[in-house]
Amino acid sequence: MLKILKYSFFDLVRSRWSYVYFLFYLLLSSVLLFLNNNISNAIITLLNVVIVLVPLIGTIFGVMYYYNSQEFTALLLAQPIRRRSIFMGQFLGVAVSLSLSVLLGLGIPFALYGLFQSNVIFDFLILIVVAIVLSFIFSGLAFNIALSNSNKIKGFGYAILLWLFMAVIYDGAFLIALVYFQDYPLDQFTLFATLFNPIDLSRILILLKLDISALLGYTGAIFKDFFGTLTGSLVSLGVLLAWVLLPSWRMLKVAQRKDF
Amino acid sequence: MVEFKDIYKKFDKNEVLKGINLTIQNGKTTAILGPNGSGKTTLIKILLGMSHPNKGDVLSNASSIRQNWTYRKNIDYLPQIANFPENIKVKEIIRMIKDLRNQKTRDEELITYFGLAPYLNIKLSNLSGGFKQKVNLVLSLMFDSPFIILDEPTSGLDPVSLIKLKELLKKEQSKGKTILITSHIMSFVEEISDHISFILDGKVYFDGSIDQLKSTTGEPNFEYAIANLLKDNHA
Repeated sequence: MLKILKYSFFDLVRSRWSYVYFLFYLLLSSVLLFLNNNISNAIITLLNVVIVLVPLIGTIFGVMYYYNSQEFTALLLAQPIRRRSIFMGQFLGVAVSLSLSVLLGLGIPFALYGLFQSNVIFDFLILIVVAIVLSFIFSGLAFNIALSNSNKIKGFGYAILLWLFMAVIYDGAFLIALVYFQDYPLDQFTLFATLFNPIDLSRILILLKLDISALLGYTGAIFKDFFGTLTGSLVSLGVLLAWVLLPSWRMLKVAQRKDF
Repeated sequence: MVEFKDIYKKFDKNEVLKGINLTIQNGKTTAILGPNGSGKTTLIKILLGMSHPNKGDVLSNASSIRQNWTYRKNIDYLPQIANFPENIKVKEIIRMIKDLRNQKTRDEELITYFGLAPYLNIKLSNLSGGFKQKVNLVLSLMFDSPFIILDEPTSGLDPVSLIKLKELLKKEQSKGKTILITSHIMSFVEEISDHISFILDGKVYFDGSIDQLKSTTGEPNFEYAIANLLKDNHA
């Protein structure tokens, strides 16, 4: 599996898009830091970008990579290699190279600015962890979509829909539900519903660490009560991890049964 | 020895294989023949574990290939359509597959044999069909495995390369290798193979030597004998 991972990784690292992605983060975080001169503000702005962009790029890259490497996959399948290793290797190759782009693109400017001397290093770490986990989650979901759809157009369509749903529609529906049922106690429901969307969950995790949950009013307090504790952190990390593991598991299962 | 046991396979509603029973004997060259869409490639893909049969099993040296991948170490497979990753050089793909399989290779020898040396630094997407097929041949034959599967090995090859391929295969035969081929070039099949398996309507319609085929159909010419098989069926 490591060999496949290596080839997928270097294949992607050599591609123009990885550089574009990396340079985008590099530029954005440099501009934010050096023009704004405030690390905390930069982290909050980056949070808003990362939380939408990482899932989008993860899904698109994942689907694109799968479809583009179909020929190579077919070549590999006839070799004495486990199927599991082929698909796991490719998925990890995509996820790792995307994560690296984010890590370096955000990390270099922050390190240069003097992150290590500041007291928000922990907040920054959470931002990075969230970005990496989201890269893994969404490229995993993308591989699932691509494996189940041999029609590329359909595959891309579903991938975009998935992103749209998680990043935009879910929140919209959620808000409508909150407004509609505002006469009822919804705090528990809100908490529960947040757990089912990795994007929302990541956002909450960072917001709470940044101590701006006060702005969220009563719900914010409830959130702080849950996510602020050790149990809450563990639960949310566990849920994010499940979002990585379940799609990978399904991917391997589908790949095992598929005819090539 | 490879044994196909009662293999059924359908794609959506299209039933391609309807109970194939076939034995590939060690040290012999078997040709799987049949009209377009008769399921030759599907059968080979099932043998390689790339497709899964709806029913039935394939035995390689008396053990099932299901959930098994190590048996592929002894197989060299030439796919029908040479689909390669586009942005990669000939040299790179050879190195990659060598690295992945980690077995002894004879790539240098084959590269010289097929005259690929000047093309090693060219990207695969810029190669002509015939040269792609030569790369395909080098990739699949370089491991010197005891079992060779060739799916339409002649496609795109010029007459000189075709003769080279035949000579190479004859050398492999003399080493006692088991070869499985599919081809639509009947003269090639007649020259190379010991055994013919003719698939029609998802079943093995004829299984025997070329001489048996000629005597069964009463045709002294191999090409006509095959055509005769088809005609008889439709009559």
